[in-house]
Amino acid sequence: MVETTGFGVLIIVLVMAIVTLITRWGGVYVMSYVPISYRVKQFISAMSGSVLIALLAPLALSGDNGARLALLTTAITILLIKKPLPAIALGILAAALYRQI
Amino acid sequence: MSDSDANLHELNHQNIWAGFKQLVPISLFVAVFGLAFGLAATQVGLDNPSIIAMSAFVFAGASQFAALELWGAQIAIIPLAMTVFAINARHLLMGATLYPWLCHLPPVKRYGVMLFVTDANWAMSMQAFNRIEPAMGLLFGGGIAIWLFWILGTWLGIYFGSAIQDPVSLGLDMVMGCFLLAMVLGGEKNLRIIIIWIVAAVASLLAYWYLPANSHVVIGALAGGILGAVWMGKSSDG
Repeated sequence: MVETTGFGVLIIVLVMAIVTLITRWGGVYVMSYVPISYRVKQFISAMSGSVLIALLAPLALSGDNGARLALLTTAITILLIKKPLPAIALGILAAALYRQI
Repeated sequence: MSDSDANLHELNHQNIWAGFKQLVPISLFVAVFGLAFGLAATQVGLDNPSIIAMSAFVFAGASQFAALELWGAQIAIIPLAMTVFAINARHLLMGATLYPWLCHLPPVKRYGVMLFVTDANWAMSMQAFNRIEPAMGLLFGGGIAIWLFWILGTWLGIYFGSAIQDPVSLGLDMVMGCFLLAMVLGGEKNLRIIIIWIVAAVASLLAYWYLPANSHVVIGALAGGILGAVWMGKSSDG
């Protein structure tokens, strides 16, 4: 456990920066020695989507109706017009409008 | 590699600047996302220099928001590192997919360019590389644009975010959720991927309800990843 005050925060930021750097450099570094096997590629590919789903599932279930409406609006928009920026904007707008009434 | 392929990796001031300008419109949304992060970070009690340092050195929004979710008087460093790794593991694949073009650059430039890789500039430059267009400037210059706007947005969130009386009533708590959902649904979709997502969602929810706090991201990601490795997709889409 690390305290989230003073020097502890520096350690936390440093750990996060190093772990992220490993992910940014790791794929290139590994490729320069061994081609990533198809199975590894499938694991990474499945995991990269799953991590976002794993973050979103509790948000959708434990959030209020405004949160659920925002996610639903974003989902429908991205599936219909395939543009992320309007989908995000409409999702936020949906939550904002719902919470005004 | 033919000569035309070898030229695609060209990295000079002109194409870096062109790439920078090309990514500025998207960077404006990145700044809004950064504002939401800066505001959320002040609300969990981080001090201002630490928030800016996190955005500047970590430069990976989803994992920064996840760190705030874990925030308390103390943080368990191993689960934090695993969560950050799981969320950012997609960079591994992005780096690997860029390797055919990056391998022409000397190591210092190769790893320097990778410092600025995010979803947006990676996706745009991969599309360009696949059209046999030079895109190293787009990757690097575009990445610098996103980095600067991410820091600027974070700064705005810290100093002007408090002017927003009730961020929840404006839906600003949903910026990250909507962004992540747009990213995940904007990618490849087929029956296999959808079943992997369902398994990841169920595993994540079970961990959320029954396992120690904050284990749900790692559990859900691993469940989906393992299923993806066991039940492999067709090699044509790899």
